[in-house]
Amino acid sequence: MDEPLNLILFSGTDDKLQAAAVLSAGAAALGRPVNVFLQYWALDAFRADRIDRSHGLAPEAGDEGRRQVDALTAAGQQSWAETFRQAKDVGSVDVQACSLSMDLLGIGFADLDPLVDGVEGVTAFHLNAGNGPLVFI
Amino acid sequence: MPLTQIDVILDARGLACPMPIVKTAQLMKTMTAGQTLEVISTDAGSVKDFAAWTRTTGNLLLESSSDAATYHFVLRKA
Repeated sequence: MDEPLNLILFSGTDDKLQAAAVLSAGAAALGRPVNVFLQYWALDAFRADRIDRSHGLAPEAGDEGRRQVDALTAAGQQSWAETFRQAKDVGSVDVQACSLSMDLLGIGFADLDPLVDGVEGVTAFHLNAGNGPLVFI
Repeated sequence: MPLTQIDVILDARGLACPMPIVKTAQLMKTMTAGQTLEVISTDAGSVKDFAAWTRTTGNLLLESSSDAATYHFVLRKA
């Protein structure tokens, strides 16, 4: 558990981001460091003016999936953003924006939610990942 | 009924994974060595989660039990 858990987030739908947040929180609660690298549509979802909006679900969810997710939300499950905040509170979770994706989206660091700790390139991300797994979501 | 004195109680009923463990970890950080925490949970996955969490963090799982759909855990901070 000493090697960090490294999550590369590419997808920007609420279901995948919640899954990533739960994985992060679980690792953080165990004292395992987590590195999160935000690319493409995941980075877009962390924009300060969009983070609390609905980002839809992956295509395979369908209508039934939407109903199931809504039921869980109605039962009190918090947003993925809130789960990430809890993860940061309980352990070491570093969230970095991919600089290439920043260029792609045409945004600056100031446009991002405070959950994002900084901007880095792929080289720094690989170095910080150490011998821990690389998980692509 | 727990056999040991409980210093802190966490009612995690209704909370889904990962919140029972996350809230436990948060609470344990504020507790001192030797103190005990009772967690009440309705999350079925929490049985294995609490065994794994205590094993990994070095804290003690004194009791793990269930009645109906409610799970009780007693932990001691190492």
